[in-house]
Amino acid sequence: MLDKQSRSALMDPLFDDNPIAKQVLGICSALAVTTLMAPSFVMCLAVTGVLVASNVSISLIRKWIPSSIRIIVQLTVISSLVIITDQLLKAYAYSVSRQLSVFVGLIITNCIIMGRAEGFAMQNGPKASFFDAVGNSVGYSLVLLFVAAFRELFGSGSLFGIRILPLVSDGGWYTPNGLMVLSPAAFFLIGGLIWALRTWKPKQIEVEPVVEIDHAVVEPAQPRQAA
Amino acid sequence: MASHYLSLFVRAVFVENLALAFFLGMCSYLAVSKRVKTAIGLGIAVTFVLTITVPLNQLLLQRVLSEGSLTWLHPSLATVDLSFLVFLSFIGTIAALVQVVEMVIDRYAPALYAALGVFLPLIAVNCAILGGSLFMAERDYTFGESVVFGAGGGIGWLLAVVALASVREKLRYANPPAALRGLGLTFMVTGLLAICFMAFAGIQL
Repeated sequence: MLDKQSRSALMDPLFDDNPIAKQVLGICSALAVTTLMAPSFVMCLAVTGVLVASNVSISLIRKWIPSSIRIIVQLTVISSLVIITDQLLKAYAYSVSRQLSVFVGLIITNCIIMGRAEGFAMQNGPKASFFDAVGNSVGYSLVLLFVAAFRELFGSGSLFGIRILPLVSDGGWYTPNGLMVLSPAAFFLIGGLIWALRTWKPKQIEVEPVVEIDHAVVEPAQPRQAA
Repeated sequence: MASHYLSLFVRAVFVENLALAFFLGMCSYLAVSKRVKTAIGLGIAVTFVLTITVPLNQLLLQRVLSEGSLTWLHPSLATVDLSFLVFLSFIGTIAALVQVVEMVIDRYAPALYAALGVFLPLIAVNCAILGGSLFMAERDYTFGESVVFGAGGGIGWLLAVVALASVREKLRYANPPAALRGLGLTFMVTGLLAICFMAFAGIQL
């Protein structure tokens, strides 16, 4: 159905080359908005919309962008798209837009968008760029929704605001885990997620180069041997 | 008055740390924290740019963008509301300023340029910078407050990135499970750092 390039552009970012777990892009919003499902879901939609539109439009005009000012051109395209998204959210989902506060605006500097524009859309045609954008947004959304589901379920006992675990304060049995709604939980969850992903796909494990610290050559620690 | 600024400064550095409480600038935070030396370089550059851009964007917001702020130009402009242009003009200011700062440093302080050189262009897309300006807009800081908030936010980011880099340098001697090595472990350490910074919550000066 799809040619090989489009297929790999679409499927690779899901697990093999995930924007958050492998490319280390777009971490800020993945951590900040994930206390509840609803804002994370809206954030995923917003990032998907902006990423698809920016990748396609930058790919369309890539031959006319002088390379010396390409960052500014990309930023202008992206910020115009973000302004549209922000106005739409304010008009149709005002309370969620309040919850997301500055993070809607920060989609401009979300490295996924800049990274894909710079790394993919500048070299490839609009069709491949479209699939690349969709693939990356889905990869990003998977991580975001996974983290948010954990944090909302264990931090407030609900999903999308619907009560799943009855709380002690309402006469139920579940004592909410206060750590989950705080910022450190997001770091631990993503760290654990990366651990699990790399155990599943060992090709992603980082090989640390020999580095120089204070003029002494330090050998990286040897990987632990299986007993 | 001074105590108000001091309290705002302490809050910006420790309690509302841009990196650890709001997760801003995470991409470069994780990318440059492999070594203390580069971490200090980028931290100083971020502090520098934040201290200038936040007040500059405050002026822009106050004088040009918010509703009725163009009356100094002509009284008939009182109903003009350009606040939907906030994102575009903030990022424009930041990108332009980073360019200017780069050229000025190159001309007058070559040693500093050699130290910061690589990092300066990166800063234009560092979300801590744009985030600082957006928080300033959301919280309606005055000009004085925005100077203090910009400097405080930058210093807080500097502290956080240097702390992480020093831990990561030591982690090279550790022997974690292979799949956790690198990024996974860095996330966990950052989480622990965030818990440490939470100890500052509630500090009032």
